[in-house]
Amino acid sequence: MSTSYAAHADDHHHHGPDPGLLRWVFTTNHKDIGTLYLWFALIMFFVGGFLAMGIRAELFKPGLQLLDPHLFNQFTTMHALIMIFGAIMPAFVGFANWLVPMMVGAPDMALPRLNNWSFWLLPFAFTLLIGTFFLPGGAPAAGWTMYPPLVLQGGANVAFMIFAVHIMGISSIMGAINIIVTILNMRAPGMTLLRMPLFVWTWLITAFLLIAAMPVLAGAVTMLLTDKFFGTSFFNAAGGGDPVMFQHVFWFFGHPEVYILILPAFGIISQIIPTFARKPLFGYESMVYATASIAFISFIVWAHHMFTVGMPLSGELFFMYTTMLIAVPTGVKVFNWIATMWRGSMTFETPMLWAIAFVVLFTIGGFSGLMLAITPVDFQYHDTYFVVAHFHYVLVTGAIFAIIGGVYYWLPKWTGHMYDETLGKWHFWISTISVNVLFFPQHFLGLAGMPRRIPDYAVQFTDWNMVSSIGGFVFGLSQLMFLYIVVQTIRGGEKVTERVWEGAHGLEWTLASPPPYHTFEEPPHVTEAEAHG
Amino acid sequence: MLRRTSGRGAGSGMAVFAMLALASTGAFAAWDLNLPVGVTPISRIVYDLHMLILWICVAIGVVVFGIMFISIVRHRKAAGVQAAQFHHSTFAEIAWTVIPIVILVSMAVPATTTLIEMEDTTDADLTVKVTAYQWKWKYEYIEDGITVYSNLAASSRQAIYEDPTKVENYLLEVDNPIVFPVGKKVRLLLTADDVIHTWWVPELGQKKDAIPGFINEIWTLVEEPGVYRGQCAELCGKDHGFMPIVVRAAPEEEYRAWVAERMTAQAEQAALAMREWGKTELMALGEKVYVTSCATCHQMDGAGVTGAFPSIRGSEVATGDVQAHLKLVMDGRSGTAMQSFGSQLDDVELAAVVTYQRNAFGNATGDVVQPAMISAARNLNTGG
Repeated sequence: MSTSYAAHADDHHHHGPDPGLLRWVFTTNHKDIGTLYLWFALIMFFVGGFLAMGIRAELFKPGLQLLDPHLFNQFTTMHALIMIFGAIMPAFVGFANWLVPMMVGAPDMALPRLNNWSFWLLPFAFTLLIGTFFLPGGAPAAGWTMYPPLVLQGGANVAFMIFAVHIMGISSIMGAINIIVTILNMRAPGMTLLRMPLFVWTWLITAFLLIAAMPVLAGAVTMLLTDKFFGTSFFNAAGGGDPVMFQHVFWFFGHPEVYILILPAFGIISQIIPTFARKPLFGYESMVYATASIAFISFIVWAHHMFTVGMPLSGELFFMYTTMLIAVPTGVKVFNWIATMWRGSMTFETPMLWAIAFVVLFTIGGFSGLMLAITPVDFQYHDTYFVVAHFHYVLVTGAIFAIIGGVYYWLPKWTGHMYDETLGKWHFWISTISVNVLFFPQHFLGLAGMPRRIPDYAVQFTDWNMVSSIGGFVFGLSQLMFLYIVVQTIRGGEKVTERVWEGAHGLEWTLASPPPYHTFEEPPHVTEAEAHG
Repeated sequence: MLRRTSGRGAGSGMAVFAMLALASTGAFAAWDLNLPVGVTPISRIVYDLHMLILWICVAIGVVVFGIMFISIVRHRKAAGVQAAQFHHSTFAEIAWTVIPIVILVSMAVPATTTLIEMEDTTDADLTVKVTAYQWKWKYEYIEDGITVYSNLAASSRQAIYEDPTKVENYLLEVDNPIVFPVGKKVRLLLTADDVIHTWWVPELGQKKDAIPGFINEIWTLVEEPGVYRGQCAELCGKDHGFMPIVVRAAPEEEYRAWVAERMTAQAEQAALAMREWGKTELMALGEKVYVTSCATCHQMDGAGVTGAFPSIRGSEVATGDVQAHLKLVMDGRSGTAMQSFGSQLDDVELAAVVTYQRNAFGNATGDVVQPAMISAARNLNTGG
């Protein structure tokens, strides 16, 4: 299939991007769209981060000082929605756009116009969502999980939130279709499935998860919409409905969503570690199978998010066992990364530092995840700060650390300039220390009995909350360094070679840095050596 | 800590020690790091299970991160190491699949037996039905026929915008604590009137959702007399952080005395509803009820919050037809935070609060609502 592209080479005009701002509106170029996604994600990261700063400021000491409880609930709800749907997911799609065609030797994404639309839906979705802060009654305040009946007590913001979620869902599904079609149809000759870089594999599997999970969310929120505005009773017990059914449907989406947020991170880490260990990825095939198993199991564990709703004993046992099972393939991944490092010849440039921190800190999040899987003990942990600590370890020091590490890793390729290594390392160390000061004490708070999503707390929780808030402010502010370093690298800096990193393998490193606007117009021939490494 | 999984005796010894520690510091110490051991057989098993899994995770972490650390120290390019090129080992891959499975099974076995024990609510000595509201708890003792409402204590509420450190048990104190007899198996039936709440007292070792339209069951058996505090654990709206739970565990005689006292109070309350009330006393009681039941949304000055909670000040409801006003207060408005207070407040309280709303905040209607009007409205509603 891939060979037919060579035929177009004769009559091709080497044109670059259109000048001016309209380039970004009308672009169908995967690199431009990748850049748009990444900038959008970074902006949302700072918006969501601003809300997090507000939350930590209010929780700095007991009593209410800055936010009234209703506004506090709006902050926690919007922080989660913006970070999940606005920052992490678009950042991964940005990586996919930039890298998947270059990694499989394709000239662009398979469906370029769809690609443009996928991105340009997002600013509208988030304008709707963030605009709710200015509605009477404010933004959604029932938590990102949108549990009825509470969420139905909201005002007009319910409709805005639901339509925003619908638009994000359409964007994600189209993005996923595009990625699957590109990977399955546009690989260069010789790029067999089992020669693909692991980042491409993890994204292929993630894309299937997206297509399976997002419509479920769309269905759940549509039922909320009709319950709220059209008099149905899907979730209203008084009308014969069932409020717990929403939770089942939501988490049937929500648990695969968790892996949508982490599998591409696994892919990024699996690219970075072999490069700086100067050694091939250990257990490539088992990595692929582990990823696929995690994806499959993610569909049969959903009710571990709702152990306290009063399920039958058999249900609680089933979801406990399946959840514990996820530890096996996840363990395989961690062991493989460490085996890749073992007897390598390692150097510790900034991307490698983020990757190593990812392996350690994500694993800590995995440990607390295993603890949460044990149903009888989960009854004590459920809905406390222990859970907050757990999912921030896997999402901040997991997903976001991988994203930042990935940016440092590929930024020289994207811009042609090397970032400032000294500043990069400062950014890493300040972030890694402060993020642990921020989230580790939250384990203690949860175990000592502090529920999550409360604007004010009993005085015995003061000390650890202060420590956590201080960590939070430092972590938040240190991300401005990241912005500075990225802008500085785009504007100039030391020129880099094609390969950039001594140990880098893969097709993207055979292209110029920065790569020309159009790449692989003639497909490369992929040999074992330039495969995944 | 691992040793204690089998030793129940050592467990209760620890619990007594923990109790003493608690008594001296009031509730929990600051800088607390771990789960409380608790005071029920279940909470102790759960604590042991928690420690078991924690130590297993710590052990795995030490091994895995240790190997990684050794690699980082020894396999550096700066140390002149040439990279090996191996990328596969069937033995290692089988080992690190099988060993975790064995560890997981060893965790799953005690977890399963504990769970089976936790879910066994049969043979209870006492049944208490718990109904959650935004934002209070109602406890109905089925056998003894008493009903108790628990709201956040006024001392805590007043300190929210002032100095919480001056208040004892800030946010963990209620106006009416409930009492459980020590050594009796108490079964709790949990439900909710409006949105989903969660009943949780860490030292009792149980947590379960209270869901409108559902009845969930848990049980507890408190072994040590004392006061145990918890909170609602499921986000339930604006005052989610302000609906504590306080359980006092007392010996049987003390429990009996408390029940008798509550029954007398209930009878007195019922007698009050029979007589004619003056406007001044209705206004005084009405203000109290307003502060605990209405002010969290409609605000102390009745102005509400634009877009979220309507104003009572000069509103159509509070200055219009009395019967319509009564109906709204008693039945609530579905799909909003306005709940049906008819099931939460008694006739006198309802009469007082409606009278108050119609004569405070500049609403000078002059209307006086008598408790008798409430009971008439109730009869009308039930078609009796």
